Amino acid sequence: MSMGSKQSLVPVVAGLLLFGLLVVSGRWIGGEVPRMPGALRMLNLCGLWLTAWFLNARLAGSGSAAARYLVPAVFGLTLLLLWERAVGMFAISPVILPAPSVIFAQVMSSLPTLRADFVQTFVKGALSGYVIGSGAAIATAIVIDRSPFLQRGLLPVGNFVAALPIVGVAPIMVMWFGFDWQSKAAVVVVMVFFPVLVNMVAGLKATEPMQRDLMATYSASYWQTLVKLRLPAAMPFLFNGLKIATTLALIGAIVAEFFGSPIVGMGFRITAEIGRLGLPMIWAEIAVAALAGSAFYGAVALIEKRVTFWHPSQRS
Amino acid sequence: MRNLLPVLTVVLVIIAVWYLAAVRLNSAWVYDQAAREGREVMLVDLLGETLVQERPVLPAPHQVAQGLYDGVFGQKVTSKRSLVYHGWVTLSATLLGFVIGSAAGILLAVGIVYNRAMDMSVMPWAIASQTIPILAIAPMIIVVLNSLGVTGIVPKAIISAYLSFFPVVVGMVKGLRSPDAMQLDQLRTWNANGVQSFGKLRLPSSMPYLFASLKVGVAASLVGTIVGELPTGAVAGLGSRLLSGSYYGQTVQIWAALFAAAILAAGLVGLIGQAERMVLQRMGLAR
Repeated sequence: MSMGSKQSLVPVVAGLLLFGLLVVSGRWIGGEVPRMPGALRMLNLCGLWLTAWFLNARLAGSGSAAARYLVPAVFGLTLLLLWERAVGMFAISPVILPAPSVIFAQVMSSLPTLRADFVQTFVKGALSGYVIGSGAAIATAIVIDRSPFLQRGLLPVGNFVAALPIVGVAPIMVMWFGFDWQSKAAVVVVMVFFPVLVNMVAGLKATEPMQRDLMATYSASYWQTLVKLRLPAAMPFLFNGLKIATTLALIGAIVAEFFGSPIVGMGFRITAEIGRLGLPMIWAEIAVAALAGSAFYGAVALIEKRVTFWHPSQRS
Repeated sequence: MRNLLPVLTVVLVIIAVWYLAAVRLNSAWVYDQAAREGREVMLVDLLGETLVQERPVLPAPHQVAQGLYDGVFGQKVTSKRSLVYHGWVTLSATLLGFVIGSAAGILLAVGIVYNRAMDMSVMPWAIASQTIPILAIAPMIIVVLNSLGVTGIVPKAIISAYLSFFPVVVGMVKGLRSPDAMQLDQLRTWNANGVQSFGKLRLPSSMPYLFASLKVGVAASLVGTIVGELPTGAVAGLGSRLLSGSYYGQTVQIWAALFAAAILAAGLVGLIGQAERMVLQRMGLAR
């Protein structure tokens, strides 16, 4: 083991040195006025990519616990570095692709605007629609659970609707509920309703006959069985639907703003900046949307972990 | 078949509720008109006048069906008002993007399954990307490519390829990993090489997963194309019908375009479902 790791350290150190050399020389090759022919710049970028990949492959092969987080982080940072370098070296116009540093500077300089857009689109539009939509879906699932006839009728319809391009209702909702966040929330309600409904109905069926019989021998009422047995058993399914719905909610809220909005909001900002070719601002909004989407998903996943701690997929 | 009656009942109830809602929502306009002309509104008038308006708040189902029929059969196929024309514009971009996106997704999945470094670097990002509202960048891609001189079908196809790419990667990786250790060991005892164990075990057992993610992917592709048609100023495609309808308050046009998109989506998902049944039957996996 110790022999092996000593031998394998030499190429890693060499790779790190080469990587540093390429980074430094790339700075020199690039710069304000391109001083070197295109071939050399290309070579530098490819070299960066290959050495980073080699280091990553060594890291992945090492089998250490930290590699699970390090490898994707190195991969992501390398992509960012290549992006930054490529924009600088080939003098790509910021109208086409702004450099990550420019985007970061834009985020930092327009924090108040970004916060206002975030509140309008995410908190008012997406979040309220998400809560109403999934609440309605859960209630509907509990109601139709008592009728097999309704289940057989509603589930195929629900599955069908879940596959449709529902964002298309956005112009209708904007017409009905006006330009402000209410219409966005309405779109989100329609979008999240069916995925949550389908999953919740499946979840309510997830109890074993043996468990239900046990409740019957305790002479538990319908509501007692529901609260103490069937709702907890439905939680893994419900959270599956709720996690799918997080992305849908954000998409619905942003796309609905393309059809009309007050002069605030992420979707509005994107359309407005497109007209002025303000690409850094658009990328800044996208970065915020990406962060918000991941954080929203992560928050729901965290709640899932707390609620369904007993489930096999959450243990270990 | 045993679900036919319940499904029909639910659909009928939805249509009935729809009619009631149409009467309720469109009644304000009728009462306004009547007050201006100084006449009373009887129930018969109300029903008659709420269901045949030119620009209703909520068009009645038969108006939408009429609009859909007119759009599909009432025009020449090349006409700018034909839904067949706009549907084809959307469908062609969707299909091109879907084929590119799912092919790339399958290739990347194979790479991920056979290369550990690729798995550890790319897979977390592929999963994380599913939580990001990728659709938000659609308008930007369209405009940037337009400024580069790339117009027409390609920018929309890129968006729809991008949207179908990640579901296929994630599903296909799961599918290629679905054979258990016992089956892989079995192939090893038969001295199968990598290509053989891929072709005879991993690829066939990935098929159910692949088709499930293809269905998700094609629906996402269609949504991507429709959204991609919004920022170019309503030129052609179902998305532009939605947008121009919302500009000019043509509600019937919006609903007709919406249903055309729904039929398109259902048709595409149905086609993939059919292919899935045929493939699984051929492999003896379907019952």
